[in-house]
Amino acid sequence: MSVRRLAENQPDSFDFTPENKAWLDKQIAKYPDGRQASAVVPALWQAQKQNNYWLPQKAIEKVAEILGMPKIRVLEVATFYTMFNLEPVGKYYIQLCGTTPCMLCGSDDLIKVLERRVGPQRKVTADGLFSWLEVECLGACCNAPMVQINDDFFEDLTPQNFEKLLDDLAAGRTVKIGSQTGRVSSEPAGKLTSLTSLYGAK
Amino acid sequence: MLSDSDRIFTNLYGLGDRSLSGAKKRGQWDNTKALLALGRDKIIEEVKASGLRGRGGAGFSTGMKWSFMPKEIDPQRPHYLVINADESEPGTCKDREIMRNDPHTLVEGAMIASYAMGAHACYIYVRGEFIAEREALQAAVDEAYAANLIGKNNTHGYPFDLYVHHGAGAYICGEETALIESLEGKKGMPRLKPPFPANVGLYGCPTTVNNVESIAVVPTILRRGAAWFAGIGRPNNAGTKLFCISGHVNTPCNIEEAMSISFRELIDAHCGGVRGGWDNLLAVIPGGSSVRCLPAHEIIDCPMDFDSLSKLGSGLGTAAVIVMDKSTDIIRAIARLSYFYKHESCGQCTPCREGTGWMWRVMQRMVEGRAQKKEIDMLFDVSKQIEGHTICALGDAAAWPVQGLITHFRDVIEQRIDQYTANPHSDPVRVAAE
Repeated sequence: MSVRRLAENQPDSFDFTPENKAWLDKQIAKYPDGRQASAVVPALWQAQKQNNYWLPQKAIEKVAEILGMPKIRVLEVATFYTMFNLEPVGKYYIQLCGTTPCMLCGSDDLIKVLERRVGPQRKVTADGLFSWLEVECLGACCNAPMVQINDDFFEDLTPQNFEKLLDDLAAGRTVKIGSQTGRVSSEPAGKLTSLTSLYGAK
Repeated sequence: MLSDSDRIFTNLYGLGDRSLSGAKKRGQWDNTKALLALGRDKIIEEVKASGLRGRGGAGFSTGMKWSFMPKEIDPQRPHYLVINADESEPGTCKDREIMRNDPHTLVEGAMIASYAMGAHACYIYVRGEFIAEREALQAAVDEAYAANLIGKNNTHGYPFDLYVHHGAGAYICGEETALIESLEGKKGMPRLKPPFPANVGLYGCPTTVNNVESIAVVPTILRRGAAWFAGIGRPNNAGTKLFCISGHVNTPCNIEEAMSISFRELIDAHCGGVRGGWDNLLAVIPGGSSVRCLPAHEIIDCPMDFDSLSKLGSGLGTAAVIVMDKSTDIIRAIARLSYFYKHESCGQCTPCREGTGWMWRVMQRMVEGRAQKKEIDMLFDVSKQIEGHTICALGDAAAWPVQGLITHFRDVIEQRIDQYTANPHSDPVRVAAE
């Protein structure tokens, strides 16, 4: 378990944009009548996306109002699930996987890069561009070590290509999502050992 | 070694066309109506006969699980199929590839499995971090709706709706009852069983929760026959299996292989061997972080299947093989897992909530050697008090890696303690409170 509290400085109000409200209505329709509470996680997620990737108290209350749930129930959900950021994050929010498979493949070195370039965890850089957090296994272990930046996975990292990735993001250049060493997904690097009858040995 | 003609996931790496037309060319959605025409009982019989054991970790017979659903459907309590795509077990990254690269195996499997259990609606619960995977899966679902393969009035004549749902970063939601709670819009805290989900599940209705891979292999099993699937691997450990090999191998990868392949063959054939050669192998966690690690000499020629690994006191789990060479600080590797379980405990049961943190703190000191040797037994004893004393298996999962470490690497822990005490330190060696 981890202790998670709401941020001290909160905006005065929150409302979904019309597009996001329409999107939310579609989500609610996935569940049987009277079971709209099921949409609480997608609703909070969309609220977070709309609010620069963090979830203010007013958004939690808004979701409670829309879904007809007691506020405390939604607050419980927002504090239970660790993908809800309860405090502001950088424009590029870096979640670094530090669990054993990534640790074995060198996530310690990536942590050093982040500590040097971005600073301590949870602290947004002065230019507002970056913040980072060590998280638990992100499920891309065959491409370790890896980070998630906002919605996207960046895999097969080394301190060198990770530095370059951060440089590119800071400079606003387009970056390649996924493997940074040219793998398509989680096939063995170099040559295929299966499915060669379909795709050749590469 | 498995031949390509026996592989189910023929687009595992996304090298081919991921769309519906590409999937159809690879044989998916081929006369699904005829598979449904087998009838509910026959489908369940076939899946039982194929020997398919659940791919989410526990390895319970999938056909048997399906047969627990009530035969008669109460109109007030519709049946549900819920697919567990909350893939978060450290080391595991197989369902991700199915969802983003071969999603139609899953969509078709969901239709067939739902039919077999009398469910007209199915939810796929995708872990929150898998955003691209969720979108790829949703695109496949949309394609299937557009082609009228699923939906209220689909060409198969069985009304069926499929919804993609997602979580927000909680490992515990991979536990089936926690997943149901989460899907209902609550904190993911596991429920006491009984009642089992087959009687009281999602919204209080009969529900079956299956892993992605368990569902995605079903269409091929029915097409090629139970005997084909049962003929791969050893008895009681049938079929093909996705292995996720990570850590200190030359080319880590996901691979679909025959169950019961030996560890050595798996690594040599697909991963370019262990980094630094076989003599450099230290230990392996063969089934995701929740199983006990095994030292090199025990695992090297062991068949990778449920029964062989459980005989060694470990398990196949999700077949997430974490390989560690001799450069690994094994105490730290396991301590990091203890931190994982401390972080992911839902906090509902005291032995787990307090125990995972306690174990992590002691493990942290053992990494440095700042401990006393009597604490090793104390740690083992505490882990035994957590194991089996919680609502769900997270307590067990937190205890087993620590137990595996103590069983197989006690000498390493003792050496570390000796090393620490041999040097002068200003901080006295503490002892954990009992």
